[in-house]
Amino acid sequence: MLDRVVVVGAGVVGLSIARVLSALEGLEVVVVEKEADVGWGASKANTGIIHSGYDDDPVKYPNRARLAVKGNRLWTTWAEQLSIPVDWCGSLVLARSSEDRRVLRELLARGIRNGVPALRILDGEEVRALEPMVSEDVVEALWSPTAGVLSPYEATVALAENCVENGVKILTETLVKGVRVKDGSVEGVETSRGFIGARWVVNAAGLYADEIARMAGVSDYTITPRRGEYLVFDKDAGPKPSRILFPTPTPVSKGVVVETTVAGNLMIGPNAVDLPRDAKEETYTTKEGLAYVWREASKLVKKLPGKREVIRVFSGLRPQPSGGDFIVRVLEEPEGFVEAAGMRSPGLAAAPAVALEILRLMRLNGLDHGFKKRWKAERRAGLRIMGLGWDMLEKTVSRNPSYGRVVCWCEGVTEGEVVDAIRRGAKTIDGVKFRTRAGMGRCQGAFCRLRIAAILARELGKPIWSITVKGTGSELGVGDVKSLLEGEDVAD
Amino acid sequence: MPTRRVDLLVVGGGPAGLAAAARASELGVRRVVLVDERRWLGGILPQCIHPGFGLHRYGRDMTGCELAEKLIDRVSSLDVDVYTEAHTVRMGYESYLSKTAEVLTPRGAFRFRAKTVVYAAGARERTCFEAGIVGSRPAGVYTAGEVQEMMDVWGILPGREAVVAGSGDVGLIVARRLTLEGVKVKAVVELMPYPGGLLRNVVQCLEDYQIPLLLSHVVLAVEGSKRVESVLVAEVDENLRAREETVKRIPCDLLVIAVGLIPRVELLAGAGAMIDPKTGGPVVNEFLETSLPGVFAAGNALVINDLVEHAMEQGELAAESAYRFIEDGGFRSASWKRVRVGDGLRFVVPQLLAGFRDVKLYLRASSPSENARLLIPELGKSVRLRSVRPAEMITLTLKAEDVLKAERLTVKLV
Ligand SMILES: Cc1cc2nc3c(=O)[nH]c(=O)nc-3n(C[C@H](O)[C@H](O)[C@H](O)COP(=O)(O)OP(=O)(O)OC[C@H]3O[C@@H](n4cnc5c(N)ncnc54)[C@H](O)[C@@H]3O)c2cc1C
Ligand SMILES: Cc1cc2nc3c(=O)[nH]c(=O)nc-3n(C[C@H](O)[C@H](O)[C@H](O)COP(=O)(O)OP(=O)(O)OC[C@H]3O[C@@H](n4cnc5c(N)ncnc54)[C@H](O)[C@@H]3O)c2cc1C
Repeated sequence: MLDRVVVVGAGVVGLSIARVLSALEGLEVVVVEKEADVGWGASKANTGIIHSGYDDDPVKYPNRARLAVKGNRLWTTWAEQLSIPVDWCGSLVLARSSEDRRVLRELLARGIRNGVPALRILDGEEVRALEPMVSEDVVEALWSPTAGVLSPYEATVALAENCVENGVKILTETLVKGVRVKDGSVEGVETSRGFIGARWVVNAAGLYADEIARMAGVSDYTITPRRGEYLVFDKDAGPKPSRILFPTPTPVSKGVVVETTVAGNLMIGPNAVDLPRDAKEETYTTKEGLAYVWREASKLVKKLPGKREVIRVFSGLRPQPSGGDFIVRVLEEPEGFVEAAGMRSPGLAAAPAVALEILRLMRLNGLDHGFKKRWKAERRAGLRIMGLGWDMLEKTVSRNPSYGRVVCWCEGVTEGEVVDAIRRGAKTIDGVKFRTRAGMGRCQGAFCRLRIAAILARELGKPIWSITVKGTGSELGVGDVKSLLEGEDVAD
Repeated sequence: MPTRRVDLLVVGGGPAGLAAAARASELGVRRVVLVDERRWLGGILPQCIHPGFGLHRYGRDMTGCELAEKLIDRVSSLDVDVYTEAHTVRMGYESYLSKTAEVLTPRGAFRFRAKTVVYAAGARERTCFEAGIVGSRPAGVYTAGEVQEMMDVWGILPGREAVVAGSGDVGLIVARRLTLEGVKVKAVVELMPYPGGLLRNVVQCLEDYQIPLLLSHVVLAVEGSKRVESVLVAEVDENLRAREETVKRIPCDLLVIAVGLIPRVELLAGAGAMIDPKTGGPVVNEFLETSLPGVFAAGNALVINDLVEHAMEQGELAAESAYRFIEDGGFRSASWKRVRVGDGLRFVVPQLLAGFRDVKLYLRASSPSENARLLIPELGKSVRLRSVRPAEMITLTLKAEDVLKAERLTVKLV
C-alpha cells in the first residue's frame, strides 16, 4: 500500500492540512486543485478576519466554537512563521439599541464559555474614544482584542510555498472526478489527469465537498453556496477604522463589517444570500446586494467615503453545510476517507486548528508516522519594494535593476517582484496579482495588465495573447491582431 | 544618497510634459529634467494610431504616433535630461524654493530637489467598477485605452464580438479600430440621450461601419465566469435609471469600458495640493500654479482635454510660469478671485484669477445645446456659440485689465 495522502482542494483548509501532514516522515502528500492556482475558492474572497471565537454556540456548533478559538491562537505563530501580513487589531461589536446590548451580553457569556480571552464591554464614550468614526447612536460595544485581519490570498500562497518546501506536491488544473473505493477502503482519486493512488483521501473541496463525499459513497450532508458581496475603497479614502467594526449579529449572519484591510484599504461587506446548491460558481455581484451592504455599513459609522471612491466590488461563496457545523472527521466507511468540509465562517480563522484536529483523528485511525527531523516551519515572503526604506531600495536596485522597473503604477510593484512571483508559481495575471498586488489599485490593472502579460509570456515562453487572467478559458485575447482577417482579401 | 538639484522637474512625458520641457529649455531654464514611467515618451500618443492630432497647431492632420515623434524630436534637440522607465513614487513640498521627488528607475533610485515642478502625469480611465457594472469578473473586460494598447502596441486581438460602453471619442475610435480588425461591434451603449463624442466621429466611426449606437442605454452586468459570454443592457428613464422591463442580453466576448478619464493627482494630493472636485484635477491660478507654490499642472492631470493642442499649450504656459517663478523668486501676492461656475457648465479652469496676464479659460458644458451664450455678467461679456457639446472643450480668453477691474467673476452658459 502506497503511503500517500491526497488532499482534494488547495484552499486555506486543504493547505493547512497539507502543511501539518508534511511534517510527517515517510508520508507523501499530494494536493489536487481544479483551478490554475491555489486559494481561488472561498479562501480568496472573504473578510479575512481571524475571529476571536465568541460567535459560535458551543452546543449547536461545537466544532466551530472550539476550533475558531484554537485557530486564532495558532495563527499568531503561523502568520509569523510564514510571513503572512496580519494585523492583530481587535474587533468591536457595536450595539445601537437595548436589544443589541442584551445580545452583547450573550456574546460575552459565550466568549467566556468558549475560552476567548480579554473580552470587555465598552460604553459609548469609550468606543468613540477608540474609534472616533463610529456612529453617534452606538451605545456600547463588545471589544475583542485578540481578533485580527490577514490577507487571505497571501495566506494560501504562503501555506502553499511552505508545503512545497517541505516536499508536498501541488497539482493545479487537476479536477478530481472520482474517488476509487475497493473493499471498503479508499484507493485513490480519479482526476482529469489520471489516477492518483493513495491510502488516505482528505476532502477539503470547499463548496464541492458534498460532491467529493458522494464520489466516496458518503451522502449525509449537502453544501450550499451563501454569497457575500463587498466594496473596496481607494487606499486614500477614509476615514478608516483601526479595529474591525461589526454590527450586533443576527441569527443568520455576523452582518456587514467595516474594516481596514492589511493593505490599507477601507472595505465593507459581506451580505449573506443563500443560493441553490448547484450555483457553486456564481460569484456575481448584484446591484441590490451592494446597495444593502452600503446601507448596513452606513449604520455603523458617521460617514462613508463617496461612492466614487469605490475601486472594486467582488463576492465570495461560503460553503454552508446542511448541519451548520464544520464537518471534521475520519470515516470508518470507506476507510481512509477524511473530511474537513462545510468550512463556512470562521473557517479561515479555524484552519490551523482544523489541520491539527485532522492529524489527531488520523492518528487515532492508524496513521503512525513519526515527525521529520528536518522540517521547515518558516517561509520567506517575496521582496516588497515599496516596503523598503530608500537606502535599501537603492542598494536593491543597483544589484538587480528589474527591482527599479515599476510595472504597476498604482501599487508600486516592480518587474523584479513580478518575476519572483512567477518563479514562485504564478502562471496567470491573477496569480501575479494575488502575490504582488499588481492590479489591485485604483486603475484595476488597466495600466499594468499588458506589461505583466508580457513578462509572463517571456518567462513561460508563450505568445502574449494566450496569457490567461485565471486559467484556461480566460486568455487575454483570441489571437494576434490580424488573426480574424487571415485569408480575407484585403486588397479591395 | 545623492540628491539631484534641478531648476525644473517635469513629471510625465506626454504631450503636455514634452511641451513643457521644450518650452522651458527654449526660455533658458537651465537644469530641466523630465521623467516618465513608460519605456517610451509621448504618453498615450503612441497608442493612438488614428489621425486627429495636431491639425489646429501644425495645419496637418497627424496620427498620435506622428505627433509624438515630432514632440520627442523637439525635446531631443534641446538640453533636457530625460529619464524613461522612471516612476515618481512620491512628491513633497519642502519649502518655497524646494520640492522633492523620489524617482525609481532600473538605473537607480533618485531623489530630486527642484525649484519648480510641472506636473503632467495625465489621466487614468474609469473602470467597470466605477461605472457601476455588476455581475461576474472574467477576462474580456478592458478599458478603451487598454484595448488600444493591446492591439497597437502588443498586437493582441482582444475578442471576436464586442460591446462598447460609452460613446465618447475614445469609445467611438476604439469601436472603429476593432471593426477594422474584423471584430464585430454589436453595440456602442451610451447612458445619455446624445452621443458623448464629436458628431464627426459618430459618422466616421459608427455610421460608416453600421455599428448600432444605443442612446439612453446602460450596461448593467457582465456574465460568464472565465471569459465574457454576454452583457446585460437596458434602457434608462429620464432619471438615468434602468427600466427593468427593457433588460436584454447581448452575447459577446469583449466589453470595452470607455466611460471617461480621471486626472491622476495622487502625487499632487499627497504633497498637499488642493483638488477641485469638479475637474478632479488640482485647483490652479492663471499661471497654472497649484496651491503648492512653484508646482504647476498641465494636460490631462489638470483637466481632461479632448484636444491634444490644449494639453500642449497648458504645458507651455506652465513652463513659462516656472521660468518666471525661477527668475523672480515666485509671484507677487494679489487679491485672487475664485471663478464661480454658473449654470450650464461643469467646470472652469483656471479656478483663480488675479489679472497678472491675459488668461485662457477652459470650460466644459453640462449638456449639448444650439445657439447658446456664454456670459460673464460682472464684465458685461457675452459670447455667442453656435453649437456646444460636452465633448468639446470651450475656450475663452479674458484680458488682464478686465479681470483686474472685476470684483467677482461668474461664468455661465445659457
Ligand atoms: C463572503 C465570505 C466571508 C468570509 N469571511 C470569513 C472571515 O472573516 N473569517 C473566517 O474565518 N472565515 C471567513 N469565511 C470563511 C472562509 O473563507 C472559509 O471557511 C475558508 O476559506 C474555507 O476554506 P476551504 O479550503 O475549505 O475552501 P476553499 O477555499 O473553497 O477551497 C476548496 C478548494 O477545492 C477546490 N476543489 C473543489 N472541487 C474540486 C475538485 N473536484 N477537484 C479539485 N479541486 C477541487 C476548489 O477549487 C477550491 O480551491 C468567509 C467566507 C466567505 C465566502
Ligand atoms: C484614447 C484617446 C484618444 C484621443 N484622441 C485624440 C485625437 O484624436 N485628437 C486630439 O487632439 N486629442 C485626442 N486625445 C486627447 C489628447 O491626446 C490628450 O488630452 C493628451 O494626450 C493628454 O496629454 P498629457 O500629456 O496630459 O497626458 P498623457 O499623454 O497621459 O501623458 C502623461 C504621462 O505621464 C506619465 N506619468 C504619470 N504619472 C507618472 C509618475 N508618477 N511618474 C512618471 N511618469 C508618470 C504617464 O505614464 C504618461 O506617459 C485622445 C485621448 C485619448 C485618451
